[in-house]
Amino acid sequence: MIETLSSFLSSTVRMATPLLIAGLGLVFSANAGIVNIGIEGFMLFGALMGCAGSYWTGSALFGALIAILSTMLFSAIFAYFTINQYADQTVVGAAINILASGITITLNRLVFEGKVPAISGFESLHIPFLEKLPIIGILFQQSLVCYLAFVLVPVVAYVMRKTHLGLQVLAVGENPRASDTVGISVKWTRWWTILLSGALSGLAGAFMSMGQVRFFSEGMISGKGYMALAVIVLGGYTAFGVLWASLIFGVGMALQFRLQVLNTGIPYQILTMLPYVITLVAVCGVNSKTRGPASSGEPYIKE
Amino acid sequence: MAYLEMHAITKTFGSLVANDNVDLKVEKGHIHALLGENGAGKSTLMNILYGLYKPTSGEIFLDGEKIEIQDSKHAIKAGIGMVHQHFMLIPTLSVIENVVLGYKEISRFRLHLDEAARKFNLLCEKFGESISPWEKVENLSIGEQQRLEILKALFRESELLILDEPTAVLTPQETTKLFGFLTKLTEHGLTIIFITHKLGEVMSLCDRCTILRQGKAVSHMDISEVESYSQLAALMVGREVDLETYKTDKTPGESVLELEDLSYTNEKGIDRLAHVSFSVRSGEIVGIAGVDGNGQSELVRLITGLLHATSGSVLIDGCDVTGAKPKEILAHSVAHIPEDRHKMAMVSDMTVNENMILMSYDHSPYSKHGILDWKKIEDINQKLCNTYEVKTPSIHETAGKLSGGNQQKFVIARELNRNSRLIVAVYPARGLDIGTTKYIQSRLIEERDRGAAVLLVSNELDEIFQLSDRIAVLYKGEVMGIVGQKEAKRDAIGLMMAGIGKQKD
Repeated sequence: MIETLSSFLSSTVRMATPLLIAGLGLVFSANAGIVNIGIEGFMLFGALMGCAGSYWTGSALFGALIAILSTMLFSAIFAYFTINQYADQTVVGAAINILASGITITLNRLVFEGKVPAISGFESLHIPFLEKLPIIGILFQQSLVCYLAFVLVPVVAYVMRKTHLGLQVLAVGENPRASDTVGISVKWTRWWTILLSGALSGLAGAFMSMGQVRFFSEGMISGKGYMALAVIVLGGYTAFGVLWASLIFGVGMALQFRLQVLNTGIPYQILTMLPYVITLVAVCGVNSKTRGPASSGEPYIKE
Repeated sequence: MAYLEMHAITKTFGSLVANDNVDLKVEKGHIHALLGENGAGKSTLMNILYGLYKPTSGEIFLDGEKIEIQDSKHAIKAGIGMVHQHFMLIPTLSVIENVVLGYKEISRFRLHLDEAARKFNLLCEKFGESISPWEKVENLSIGEQQRLEILKALFRESELLILDEPTAVLTPQETTKLFGFLTKLTEHGLTIIFITHKLGEVMSLCDRCTILRQGKAVSHMDISEVESYSQLAALMVGREVDLETYKTDKTPGESVLELEDLSYTNEKGIDRLAHVSFSVRSGEIVGIAGVDGNGQSELVRLITGLLHATSGSVLIDGCDVTGAKPKEILAHSVAHIPEDRHKMAMVSDMTVNENMILMSYDHSPYSKHGILDWKKIEDINQKLCNTYEVKTPSIHETAGKLSGGNQQKFVIARELNRNSRLIVAVYPARGLDIGTTKYIQSRLIEERDRGAAVLLVSNELDEIFQLSDRIAVLYKGEVMGIVGQKEAKRDAIGLMMAGIGKQKD
């Protein structure tokens, strides 16, 4: 029983981590008024680049760095078209997803030539003493990226609520013109929040390909990016909200695996639906109560 | 040398000369009015001063020193503050967060809100204000939000304030309060440039004025030298203007529009209109007074079929048209001059000619058996454009290329040409010069004299008083009272606009 609970906790955390990392990036860009459905594509791109980087360099750390930097560059495409060319964010986001799906398939076949080579993934890092705790000890046997994700939560919360930077992001999302009149650059604010969100979603993708499994498979993100969007809505656009929301999704996904193994008689197709149903309920049910930034999705054209 | 001197400012946009060799001198401690019609170049001149535009030529001296203003950051640093017509506040943030937004003199990274709040409170005390720094901006009244905008500029140590049409959104009482506040500011040595087109405000508040017309400064004068409103109006327009409105008494006939207990709750569950009942009779103008956003646009949309009532009913000539489609309602002989001409009154990409038949293309004399008679359409529209002085190279010009005033004119021509039983006019004079405004107003009175029922929505109390036979005041979706124009007092109407003094039924 304790064994089961412990492994359930561990899988919850591992499932929640990519959502948490991507969600924290979205805290910045979404509050600045960016609706980025391209996050799915960012994560997919990051997942491949992480694997490829690790394969080339032989180091998981460099793999993660390559994922972060290359996805950041990739996100510049989204930023350029939505901010500088005033293109519709949803359309560009959809295009990014199609582009990412095509690019990753091509690169995957070029780099790995259809083979699944052994790559170094994220090793788990045991924290002395804490790992020995009953039941929750397993939470201290996770990978570095996982710890990093949780440490980032208070950091992001602090930046958003207590610094000029955070206030500027909120202001740009609520009223870009007003921000402009007090000398805040709307373009630059939106650029850096998208780049940051690109970097973090690249890491989130890399965690999925290098932390959860040890290979890249085509289309492997399968909706986790959209779930990250649901997480930010469910979490009310705040860092701690994102933490709770991604844990709820983590529970949903872990539960699904658990129930499949337990052979409950419920068709597995129904069970795999579980996290997606939570997404749907989150976005439809809760969305009416939480309020997104007023300028969400609107390009800002300076007169 | 005066405190602020703008010398020979010229600003061109392509072939358009927005400011032509304009001089402006403002003395320290003065409230200086910048008076002119829409498109006279007031905003361009002030945007140059605030660093939003770069002048094509000309120089600016502040406090005796020549300054080059590259952008609004420079302007703020030089001590120039601007309060825009649409408030530049973030409603979801607190007062103090709005104040320190973009202000990094106290700290560069971390926000020191407590320290900022102390400084803000001192500032409030100095000028007799009492706005809590921790209140959310969305909970402040419009008047408070405006004074917050001014305090925001003062917090940045502005010495020169530019106020762009600050009274457009205020009730008369709030206006009085604002004027008191501004006077207090000048006692502390601040200088204010006051952009307006309202003559009364210039006379009661300002020390000096500069009048702009078609991009040129046509006159600089002390207010004490001004002899009459019509003198100022004539300088603004460039010819003599009759400011009188001529309206004879008339006994209204039968009721044309009847609203019974009309309520509307929007999709967010907010009551926008609650239990509105009144009627508009043939041969009368009923004016709807109120600050923008108190249910006026919902009321008009319910009447014209663009929204459907949650409860209650709308009757036109005794027919129940609640929930009817806009086209069916138009067929009841209804004319509609909408609030937003770009969104609701015209199709910018179509020609003036096409725009002018949008409501009536499908019946005679414009078409027969479903075929448009373009020859006849052009004839009729050409005549209408002449009568209403729509300035356009031809009626085949794309509507979007006309100036705002001319667009408004052809919309009004189209609507008033249909001899309607009911005319719903929302801000009919928005963006028009004094001369055209007077013409449109007299046309509305003619329509009333012809026997039409006119529902007039306006945020200019002067206009309401000049045209209406009865005045209804809307506040938060409720009718605060309906008063005959002759018995109506501005103070009482103003209080009702602020939600005070609801009439007993």
